[in-house]
Amino acid sequence: MIIKNLSVRFGGFTAVDDVTLEIPAGGIVGLVGESGSGKSTLARAVTGLVPYTGEIVGADPRRIQMVFQDPYASLDPRMTVGASVAEGLRVPRAARRAEVERLLSLVSLPASLAGRYPRELSGGQRQRVAVARALGARPDLLIADEITSALDVSVQGAVLNLIRSLREELRLSMLFISHNLAVVRYVSDTVAVMHRGALVETGPTEQLVASPTADYTRSLLAAVPRLRPTAP
Amino acid sequence: MRALRSPAPLAGLLLVTGFVALALLGPVLWGQSAARIDDAAILQGHSPSHPFGTDNLGRDLLARVLVATRLSLLLAALSTAISLIVGVPLGVLPSLLPPRGARAAAGVINALVAFPGLLLAMFTAIVAGLGARGAVLGMGLAGAPMLARLTQTLAASVANSDYVSAARVLGVSRRRIALRHVLPNIAEPLLLNVTLILGGSLLGLAGLSFLGLGVQPPDYDWGRLLLEGLNRVYVDPEAALGPAVAIGLAAAGFNLLGEGLAKAASRTASVVRDAAAGEALEQVASQGVLSVRGLSVAFPGGAVPVREVCLDVAPGEIVGIVGESGSGKSLTALAIAGLVPHPGRVTGGVSLCGQDLSALSPRELRRLRGTSLAMMFQDPMTTLNPAMRVGAQLAEVSTTHHGLSRKDALTRAVDRLRRVSIARPRERARQHPHAFSGGMRQRAVIAMGLMGTPRLVIADEPTTALDVTVQRQILCLLREVTDETGAATLFISHDIAVVGELCHRVVVMYAGRVVEELPVEDLVSGAAHPYTRALVASLPDMDTDRSLPLATIPGRQPSPTEDGPGCAFAARCDLATERCAAGRPPLVRYGPERRVACWEAP
Repeated sequence: MIIKNLSVRFGGFTAVDDVTLEIPAGGIVGLVGESGSGKSTLARAVTGLVPYTGEIVGADPRRIQMVFQDPYASLDPRMTVGASVAEGLRVPRAARRAEVERLLSLVSLPASLAGRYPRELSGGQRQRVAVARALGARPDLLIADEITSALDVSVQGAVLNLIRSLREELRLSMLFISHNLAVVRYVSDTVAVMHRGALVETGPTEQLVASPTADYTRSLLAAVPRLRPTAP
Repeated sequence: MRALRSPAPLAGLLLVTGFVALALLGPVLWGQSAARIDDAAILQGHSPSHPFGTDNLGRDLLARVLVATRLSLLLAALSTAISLIVGVPLGVLPSLLPPRGARAAAGVINALVAFPGLLLAMFTAIVAGLGARGAVLGMGLAGAPMLARLTQTLAASVANSDYVSAARVLGVSRRRIALRHVLPNIAEPLLLNVTLILGGSLLGLAGLSFLGLGVQPPDYDWGRLLLEGLNRVYVDPEAALGPAVAIGLAAAGFNLLGEGLAKAASRTASVVRDAAAGEALEQVASQGVLSVRGLSVAFPGGAVPVREVCLDVAPGEIVGIVGESGSGKSLTALAIAGLVPHPGRVTGGVSLCGQDLSALSPRELRRLRGTSLAMMFQDPMTTLNPAMRVGAQLAEVSTTHHGLSRKDALTRAVDRLRRVSIARPRERARQHPHAFSGGMRQRAVIAMGLMGTPRLVIADEPTTALDVTVQRQILCLLREVTDETGAATLFISHDIAVVGELCHRVVVMYAGRVVEELPVEDLVSGAAHPYTRALVASLPDMDTDRSLPLATIPGRQPSPTEDGPGCAFAARCDLATERCAAGRPPLVRYGPERRVACWEAP
């Protein structure tokens, strides 16, 4: 799938400026950038939530799904987990129950959770439900927009492990958006760096982290807080 | 329904219940005496047998007022129902239709809201024919635009939520979104407002009947009775008094109840310090700026989010508090600053610069806070007033607490803004906070702390909302300020990496308790508590091996209401033994600057 020359303008302000990005089948592309760099707007454009110019080649727009940042806001508080997950299903009514159970087990949640309400779940469980709901539409491309930013570190690890296992099991292509370079580095095959609406650098993860070419990427890398002193 | 315990909503509830009971029973109990014609007692005033007098056919007015309750309330309920049936669908339309239709629907609502309601009601009542039917229809239609506007506003906020976006991405139709997501989520606030609208319709209908546009004889409601009584108000004022009191009380009842319910739904805690911090401070020979002993915060209902926290911070030292959300780290900071929201109760001792805070009067406390304490929050706008110029806000600190003149204070403010590396400080001081970027606002908050000579800086997730490059600058600034002023800094963060870079010492909190305290150099490889180790291991950084799954901590943190006899982490811990479940390990000192609460720690 290729995003070609995509731009988003709000009045006179260009939020996303002529972005071209390829997402290979079964690969995870990480998108990093600071707040206001346009990475979330790009995600919303690709999913059709905001109007854009340019084109998206190689993907059925109805088969692009998104998981949102805040699992406390992205689930309807008045719908059960089962009803939320069933929302995007395109299977006959009779097969629904089994499909919901299959999706919940895919994200390592027990089927008994289907009758619960979001308020009874932890943040990490909610985010798994949101992933299961997106997978229900059998997406070609899954967009994960800062999906671990609202979670605690102890939970973040489990969600990142889930993302990696889904890629292996389902050969799912993914656009993984985060402001956290360490997280993006951990899950992505390719990393794209966005700054002021434009892509400044794209490359295989290890290569981009080890020897960045753009100045902005370098300053971004230098600012990452490190717990362990970097090897000289 | 805790709100109903306060007097005003409770009075409303009692009034409404009383009137509903009256509406049900009134015609049964007094129906006959209200209809009995008595030629011998025409147009009488107050008397023991007729407290409110009689009307022109000798009927008892008190009985008529009581009986009229049913019709008055029934008509008000009908007209409210009409408002709902017309208003709510109209209000949902803008979030249901595609953009062009939505704009048109919003335009219609705007135009209707602008049209005077009572005029619309009278017009409709006359066109529909004099009588109760016309009046109800008129009031119902007049109330619809306001309800439509309310529904529109409520629906718009739900329509912008992430779960509606998620449903749109899944391809759920607009109609389904409105029925399944929007309506259920706005039902509650809408129903609360219905109580207020009922009160309004009751008044409006009484008004129409009073003008002769409503209920026609031989039927009667309160408005009609008021109209009949007013003709002889100079002779027998009590004839008009009965219906007037009934209308007033009923309308007040509905309004009080509605206000109470609405307030209960949007209840926010007020910030009050509970001065009941009791125990005397344990005398410890410490030259620390801040010394906290046995600090607990409890909320009604058994939640104790902070339990017996002890910590010290020395001058020039930066101590980090880390923990997951719900570990009590932010509340610990608020308790130290005396800012725990109502109805939290703080116990234990906090001493700042050798002064026991619980022994100070509110006035002394305010002064100490204003001069010696600087607070930073995640959102700088909780500290900065959006309506005031930045320079004036900073200057206010010095005019209030240091007795400086406004001019001198402003000069100092500009100087402090320069000190925190804000370019063109003189110009910036004249701007409002909204003209500042997020990083600049945090700088301004630091500058505000520097207006006095801060002894203690409490920073609660000050860089969480900032970009990494800006975060780095703010952390450097914090370190400089601490070095320069010799202030003690308490830095609260969920991000261990940030704490690891900035702080000298780290305090790890879990389920409201301090579980480990250690120098920052030992955080990565020298931590003793299994929770600290698991936390460090689960954090991906730039050197994590990508071929291995990340370490995770199974299970979840106990909630503030749960408190077993054993170690709170035992259920998630690999090292846990029977001893851990049976008894809670105390926080014991081992080695310099190190404390740990674990039975099994190596």
